[in-house]
Amino acid sequence: MIRQFTSAEFMFLLMAVRWTLLLSAIAFVGGALGGVLVALARTAPYAWLRATAGTYIQIFQGTPLLMQLFLVFFGANLFGAAVDPLTAAAIGLTLNGAAFLGEIWRGCIQAIPKGQWEASTALGLHYVTRMKEIILPQAAKIAVAPTVGFLVLLVKSTSLASIIGFVELTRAGQIVNNATFRPFLVFGIVAAIYFVLCWPLSLYSRHLEKKFGTVSR
Amino acid sequence: MTSPSTAPGATGAVMIRMEKVEKWYGTYHALQDINLTVTSGERIVICGPSGSGKSTLIRCINALEHHQGGRIEVDGTEVGASSKGLDKVRAEVGMVFQSFNLFPHLTVLQNCTLAPRKVRGIAPKEAEAIAMKYLERVRIPEQANKYPGQLSGGQQQRVAIARALCMTPKVMLFDEPTSALDPEMVKEVLDTMISLAQDGMTMICVTHEMGFARQVADRVIFMDKGEIVEQGPPETFFANPTNERTRTFLGQILHH
Ligand SMILES: Nc1ncnc2c1ncn2[C@@H]1O[C@H](COP(=O)(O)OP(=O)(O)O)[C@@H](O)[C@H]1O
Ligand SMILES: [Mg+2]
Repeated sequence: MIRQFTSAEFMFLLMAVRWTLLLSAIAFVGGALGGVLVALARTAPYAWLRATAGTYIQIFQGTPLLMQLFLVFFGANLFGAAVDPLTAAAIGLTLNGAAFLGEIWRGCIQAIPKGQWEASTALGLHYVTRMKEIILPQAAKIAVAPTVGFLVLLVKSTSLASIIGFVELTRAGQIVNNATFRPFLVFGIVAAIYFVLCWPLSLYSRHLEKKFGTVSR
Repeated sequence: MTSPSTAPGATGAVMIRMEKVEKWYGTYHALQDINLTVTSGERIVICGPSGSGKSTLIRCINALEHHQGGRIEVDGTEVGASSKGLDKVRAEVGMVFQSFNLFPHLTVLQNCTLAPRKVRGIAPKEAEAIAMKYLERVRIPEQANKYPGQLSGGQQQRVAIARALCMTPKVMLFDEPTSALDPEMVKEVLDTMISLAQDGMTMICVTHEMGFARQVADRVIFMDKGEIVEQGPPETFFANPTNERTRTFLGQILHH
C-alpha cells in the first residue's frame, strides 16, 4: 500500500542527515590522520617508504570507492569479524580519504621551495623540527582550500554507504521512495539537502583559494 | 687588511680540509679532485663561470650535497662519516644563500632564535638576547618583529646572515649572497660581510664581487668545469693569473 509524502517523511529524511554528517566527520578525521602519514611517507627520505605510500595511493585512487566499501564490508564479515555498515563505511571512507588527502598534501609539501628545506637543514634542524616548524606550517596554508574541496567530495561520497545498508540520507531517500513511490520528489529533496550541505563548503573553499592564492609571503 | 698575516682570527689551525673530493650528479662529473685546506680565520673567495661547481663545492662542506669520493673534514670532524658528525658540522657551519631562504611565516626574531633553541637547546629568552645582539651586528634590530616579506632584499640578506651567526658558527659559507640583490643594496650586504671578515670569521664566499675579494680575501680561487684551476692571494691572482682560463674569465668580469 502506498503512503503519502507528508511532513513525517520529510522529517525522516532530515533526521537521516545526522548520519551523513557523522559518517563524513568520522571519515574526514580518520582520512586526515591517515592522510598526514601518507603525505609524510610520500615525501620521506626513504625510497621504500615513498614507494609503499605510492602503491597505496594507486590502489585507492585506481579502484571505485564502492568496491572498496564492498571489500571492507563483505571482507570483514567473511573473516568472521561482524562489522556493522557504519563501521565498514567509516573504515572504507577513511582508507580512501587517506589516499586522496595524502596525495593532495604531498603536493602542498612539495610546493614549499627547496630553499626552505636547505636553509633549515643547513641550520642543523632535524627532520621532525624541520617539518613541524618550517615545512608543514607553510604547506598547511596552501592545503586549506583543496582540503575543504575534498570535504565536499567526501560528503557526497557517503551516499555510497547506502549500498551496504547504512541508513544515511540517500538510503533514507530509498526507503521513503519505496513507501511513497514519488521518486522525483523524494530524490529531488535528497539532492537539495546534499546541495545545502555542500554549497557553503564549496563557496568557502573558493574563498580560501582566493585568500591564500594571492598571499606572497 | 689585505695581507693574510693580519687576519685577526688566524691561528693556523685547519678548519676545513678537502682531499681528493669527487662529486657526480648522475653521470655528470661536478667536482673533480678538489683539494682545499682552509685554516681558522682565513677568508676565501671562490669565483668562476656559471656551472663550474662553486655552489656544489661549498654545499659539500655542510653536506647539502653528498660527495662520493675523497674526504671532507670540518674542524676535525669528518663530513658524512656518521649522522652525529654531520649534526656537529651543520651546527658549526653557517650558510647564506643567494635567495636568502628566510622562513616567511616566522618573524625576523623567530627566524634567528629557532635553530639556537632547537639545535643548541638554548632557552627562549637567552636565544632572543643572542638574536638581538646579531641583529644589531647587521644593523637591523628595529626590524626584529617584522616578517621577511616586509623587508627589502638587502635587509633580508642581512637577517639571513644574522640567523646564521646566532648559531655562533666557526665557519660561514656564502653562495653568491649579493647576486639576487638590486645594485643599491649590494653594498649594505658586502659591508656586513667585510665587518665579519675583519672580526676574524673563517669565511668561504662564492662571489663575483672582485672589489670585495681584493679588500678582504686571503686567497682567491678560480674554478672551471668542476676543478680548482688556480688560486692565490688577491694581489698576485688579479695581477698575474697564470692560467689561460683564469685570464679569460677575469677579462670578462673585470672589463665591464
Ligand atoms: N642537483 C643537481 N642535479 C644535477 N645536476 C646538478 C645539480 N646541481 C648542480 N648541477 C650541475 O652541476 C654543475 C655545477 O653546478 P653548480 O655547483 O651549481 O655551479 P655554480 O655554482 O658554479 O654555478 C652544473 O652544470 C649544474 O647544472
Ligand atoms: Mg652557484
